[in-house]
Amino acid sequence: MSQPFDKLLDARGMNCPLPLVNARKEVGKLEPGQVLKVIATDRGSVADFQGWAKIAKNVELLGQETESVDGVNVYAHYVKRTA
Amino acid sequence: MAASFESRTNEEPSRVQALEEKVEGLVKRLEELEERATEDRVAIVVFSGGLDRVLAAFIIATGAAAMGQQVSMFFTFWGLSVLKKGTEFSGKTLSQKAMALMSPASSLGLPVSQMNYLGVGAKMLRGMMKQGNVSSLEDLIALARELGVRMIACEMSRDLMGIRETELVDGLECGGVASFLADSLKSRTSLFI
Repeated sequence: MSQPFDKLLDARGMNCPLPLVNARKEVGKLEPGQVLKVIATDRGSVADFQGWAKIAKNVELLGQETESVDGVNVYAHYVKRTA
Repeated sequence: MAASFESRTNEEPSRVQALEEKVEGLVKRLEELEERATEDRVAIVVFSGGLDRVLAAFIIATGAAAMGQQVSMFFTFWGLSVLKKGTEFSGKTLSQKAMALMSPASSLGLPVSQMNYLGVGAKMLRGMMKQGNVSSLEDLIALARELGVRMIACEMSRDLMGIRETELVDGLECGGVASFLADSLKSRTSLFI
């Protein structure tokens, strides 16, 4: 379920809370309506991004997917800046 | 027809006035409620000077700030060690000197709250964090500042423990219990760590 996106953030190897903190910084640089794709290896980021989208007023989580790259799970999050 | 119209117009002013008074009362109550409502804020008391506990406090603080919350951290008692940039001895009382000697000179000297073994435990935890690619406490503190987390040093415990303002890092606010409560009463989440 690949989605179109405007910017990619590679947060692989980063641990809590860095994927979230860096995603937040990148979303701040987007125009409203644009989408950030974040790829991370931190498993907790799946729930973290859901929580963020639930709480924050200006972001929407369009989708999440998991793929295995060389036996390592990589989690992709599509975050849209709504305002 | 004419009679009923007349009686209605006579009734109108008093009904309008009653409604106006009701609306006025409701607006006032709404304003009072809004004044007391919680906001997107998180208030954290950092009482502990344990590396592990302080790490948890900063991970929550930076995470909350990233999620768009306004975060305040109140440092008191052992938590003040996190904010120290050095130790001064001159002009302090004997017990204040002893306290200064026995407490960490900066965040780098914090012990762990369990299994510290004279600092070996803290060193080990830092080593494991580095290996696991977890941000160091110092990185998290810098990140918190960058994200606009407010840091407040408790005046009373700082005085009590003989820690001078000049021993603490720059850019702090100072305050007491009321400044914490003013924040925590407006916060959705308040933590004591």
